[in-house]
Amino acid sequence: MTAHALGCRRGDRLLFTGFELEIHPGQVIWVRGANGRGKTSLLRLLAGLASPEQGEIKWASTLNQAAADTPRRLVYIGHSNALKEDLTALESLQFMAQLHRRPASPQALEDALRRCGMHGHRHAPVRTLSQGQRRRVALARLCLETEPLLWVLDEPFDALDIQGVETLDGLLGGHAQRGGSVVLTSHLALTLSNPQPIVVSLDNAPA
Amino acid sequence: MSSPATIRPRSPQTAPAPRGGGDSAWGGPAHSRHPFTALIARDLRLAARRRVEALLPVAFFTVAASLFPLGVGPEPQVLRQMAPGVVWVCALLASMLSVTQLYAQDHADGSLEQLLLSGMPPVLVALAKAIAHWLVTGLPLLVAAPIFGLLFDMSVPAIGALLITLALGTPILSFLGGVGAALTLGLRSGGVLLILLILPLCIPALIFGAGAVGAIESGLSARGHYSLLGALLITTALLAPLATAAALRISTE
Repeated sequence: MTAHALGCRRGDRLLFTGFELEIHPGQVIWVRGANGRGKTSLLRLLAGLASPEQGEIKWASTLNQAAADTPRRLVYIGHSNALKEDLTALESLQFMAQLHRRPASPQALEDALRRCGMHGHRHAPVRTLSQGQRRRVALARLCLETEPLLWVLDEPFDALDIQGVETLDGLLGGHAQRGGSVVLTSHLALTLSNPQPIVVSLDNAPA
Repeated sequence: MSSPATIRPRSPQTAPAPRGGGDSAWGGPAHSRHPFTALIARDLRLAARRRVEALLPVAFFTVAASLFPLGVGPEPQVLRQMAPGVVWVCALLASMLSVTQLYAQDHADGSLEQLLLSGMPPVLVALAKAIAHWLVTGLPLLVAAPIFGLLFDMSVPAIGALLITLALGTPILSFLGGVGAALTLGLRSGGVLLILLILPLCIPALIFGAGAVGAIESGLSARGHYSLLGALLITTALLAPLATAAALRISTE
């Protein structure tokens, strides 16, 4: 996937112009930038939730063999967890899996929650969970992924504890090994070492 | 000067995602629901978890409709005459009451983005949300309406006509409400704006709905009214989800 001469406008302000990005299979790309530089906006552009002011986003056919249209070639987890307060952790994950047509058998869902350390809370309503636990439930979706898609993750490490960060690093590493690629933002230094994340800074992009 | 993102189509042999029967590719068929039914099931489950909120429109309908005999006076003749209008207006307002929240929560917690990214066409998202809304608010109104028919001393054929018109009319309100809810998403005074936007569009349904019952009461055939309501229902069912989908796309940008 390549993004060519991307420009993004938020209200009257041009966040960035002429932004170039190329994503290859097996890469983890860490988008950095000061607050308000448009990290989230960039991820939303890549996810296809917004259309760019300038430039274009192209998908190369080699990145993903399984999916034919944009939504099915990427997994987007935004800053908000997209969980419903009144559903339990298991129900939330099940809905996400069904919505995105991922394996939704009880076994697969429980394994995913177990891997993210949320198995003990699987029947707890989301409103009783802490911020970090909610993030874990939202990220449990990634355990259901088997295809080398593009993962677009906005601040995935937000609110996670050390153990949660380790789990996520493992997931990202495994995904990259499968030939998948990841674009993520994080305000903390990444602990991921395999593969080494490629840093892309928005601070240098002309505004 | 702005060029939209161009997504290069993939090689032709990769067909679009299999639907329905083809679910086995993504897991056991027993647990793989189509996203469309999964969304309806989720909204119904959420309503079941918040029963008080879900039953608020019916409660409003009950209270508002039963206030009329107290306010207007207990003249059976007067009550019988205004009953269809009262029941219809109360049903309309009850539907509007609940529709303001149709997309607001999904928008606030990020679920809406996931719905739009799911690969399910946004039109289907709008359709599923409207169906779930009707099941939660329209259907209970339909159940409660005959009780008010009796309260207002309506004849049995008139109550039947009231039920038919409500069955045809309340889905119209859910569909139109969806358009308004999607258009006013993220606005600060969205609720008020929504009612101003949508109520005028609901007036035809109100006129033909209440008119059908009036026709039956005065011994005429209500077939023309039913046909017009049916035509309205078909038109809104076809057009409203398209408008809702477009509005959702705009409000999530």
